Amino acid sequence: MNNFHPFVLPFTIGTVVLFIILFALFVKWLLQMDKTQKTTALKNIISFKTLKAVWEAVRECLFHRNIFRTNPVLGYMHLSFAFGWFLLIVIGKIETTFYSGTFWDEFWLAIFFRFFEDTSVTFSGSELFTQLMDACLLFVLSGIVLAVIKRFYSKIYGMKKTTKHTIVDKIALTSLWCIFPLRLLAESATAGIKHNGGFLTQSLGNLLVGLPLEHITLPLWWMYSIALCLFFLFMPFTRYMHIFTEMLLVFLRKWGVTENNQKTGYTNIELNACSRCGICIDVCPLNTEAGINNVQSVYFIKNTRYGTLTKEIADNCLMCGRCVQACPVGIESTLIRQIMRKKECFNNKDYYQYIPDKEEKQISEEKEVIYFAGCMSHITVSIPEAMKHIFAAANVKYWYMDENETICCGRPLMQQGLDKQAETLRQKNTEKILSSSIRTLVTSCPICYKSFTEEYHLPIEVLHHTQYIDRLIRQGRIKVNRSDIKVTYHDPCELGRGCKIYEEPRHVLHAVAELMNVKMEKENSLCCGYNLANTQLELEDQMKIRNAAINNLTAPKPDTVITSCPMCKRALQHGINVNIKDIAEIVDENIAK
Amino acid sequence: MKDFGYSISKGRTLNYDNSDFSLKKTLEHDVVSYCRCIGCGACASTCSAAKFTDFSIFKCNMLFRNAKYDELEQELSKCMLCGKCTLVCPRGVNTRGMILEMRNLIEKNKNNNE
Repeated sequence: MNNFHPFVLPFTIGTVVLFIILFALFVKWLLQMDKTQKTTALKNIISFKTLKAVWEAVRECLFHRNIFRTNPVLGYMHLSFAFGWFLLIVIGKIETTFYSGTFWDEFWLAIFFRFFEDTSVTFSGSELFTQLMDACLLFVLSGIVLAVIKRFYSKIYGMKKTTKHTIVDKIALTSLWCIFPLRLLAESATAGIKHNGGFLTQSLGNLLVGLPLEHITLPLWWMYSIALCLFFLFMPFTRYMHIFTEMLLVFLRKWGVTENNQKTGYTNIELNACSRCGICIDVCPLNTEAGINNVQSVYFIKNTRYGTLTKEIADNCLMCGRCVQACPVGIESTLIRQIMRKKECFNNKDYYQYIPDKEEKQISEEKEVIYFAGCMSHITVSIPEAMKHIFAAANVKYWYMDENETICCGRPLMQQGLDKQAETLRQKNTEKILSSSIRTLVTSCPICYKSFTEEYHLPIEVLHHTQYIDRLIRQGRIKVNRSDIKVTYHDPCELGRGCKIYEEPRHVLHAVAELMNVKMEKENSLCCGYNLANTQLELEDQMKIRNAAINNLTAPKPDTVITSCPMCKRALQHGINVNIKDIAEIVDENIAK
Repeated sequence: MKDFGYSISKGRTLNYDNSDFSLKKTLEHDVVSYCRCIGCGACASTCSAAKFTDFSIFKCNMLFRNAKYDELEQELSKCMLCGKCTLVCPRGVNTRGMILEMRNLIEKNKNNNE
């Protein structure tokens, strides 16, 4: 055989084993998806969504557009690795197709072409291909240089902290780093003998001519092949699994598959699509403010994937969603966390027998809205009071559902994985809500709002009070005066990143006051630190996170800080030098008489 | 609110020699602020569950300290984790963390004893 030499064996074995493992894992995960996920995916396979997914896979998996947004140098590094390597394979394959006259040549030929190339054979474009391949190699090598620098000076990439990796990851990383320099050396050495190199390999080959090239060429090709083999064999067990899993994830996501509340194959695909880039570490307030740096999404996902998850890592998270926002792969790590917190052992008994059955009191039919203040509003009473005034000013008849006593909406229990208890509360609340025939529910608490919209599946309209006030103003049902006090607005995590409600509160605030911009707002807003999702954080650390949020909000020197969450209000209130109000209060103060 | 104060526990005899206090040590380690509780009752007075039934974190604390785990288990499952107690606590006790950790410890303890 002309195109065979024993040194191609490590590469060949590595590739075959890798693709067998990949295939087996992908089939396993796809089968592990639950029924609704499977049917959603199947329903959408033959549609435009698939084309969109192809485009997104190219954009994200080859060009890494999202990482470019975080930091251009980091983006370039990933682009050069992924796209450069992709080009090396594709152009290499085209080159050998021209060379051997058939597409079905030995598949390793494209990888080790310079070694096997018979320089007496001429084929169209051979010179162009040689130069192109060298350009691609240079492209990848530039990425390697950046990667090595990043390992030691991550600051220049805008990253304060990088991920701590496992031993297996480090072996794979080292072999990955070795692949392309070894390819360069091997091709250059061959070029020194055969004079078949391009601008890069030939120049280096000419420099090496003084050395005993016939003795070192073959070992270099062996090393190149072994480096490839090692990388391929370790890949399924390391973070590099993300290279292929991310593509699968992009397709599934475009086909409409989402996380549900069980650990399924889709969860496994998300876990394996994490590249452990560590972008989530720098945006996590637990890291930046409280110095806790072992619980971030990247570590949570790693530990979940390898089955080493501890309670501390799973539970110590505010679920503020900043990491999900920043994740270049878009992994829903907070949802996975909620799934992993599930405590099945507490599901075997009946809870809350003490809650009375719904009262038989008839709710009068003419009422327009149900008002649910939420637990937290009962310790920040000024919010429901302000809402009462607004309802009165707009002449809205309402039923104050939790005026005297309240049960929780159930979301805090959900977040801690106590599903059965949460379900009991949801049933009780649903019964009570549906006992009236009122078609609109207004709540003052973003936690309740998220729960009512996403977990309750109510057949009626649910609004947060910011949305409702905005509607009243737009419809002209309340008239407000624009005062000249300066305000900044704190986006609560659950309302902002959680429910994507950014515009309504801002519209309301523009109508009643002078709204100033702050550095971190909307998607990037900071958590007040008291988020109920975290049961591990002690007061001292909560205060540090809260102070960072306050500093952000008071930087432009506003007269008042406005929020729309009773819990955030309560949390920020404890800080120093802040005058804090709920959006309902400031509207109430500025209603035109 | 239902009954509140020192009348909530019935008089009883405790045999400290036969009680297992190992869980308390674990809790002190896992939820550091647990030791700060002075039993002021702010949590109980704002508690959502206490509107409907006898439930007080102070009582839970006493039961835990006295290693009355069976009774405590019933008490703890009344909590809705709404979090008002944490926000009103003047001593900064992580009340929700404490309740969840107590439940976990009792569950673990039960499994160990079986």
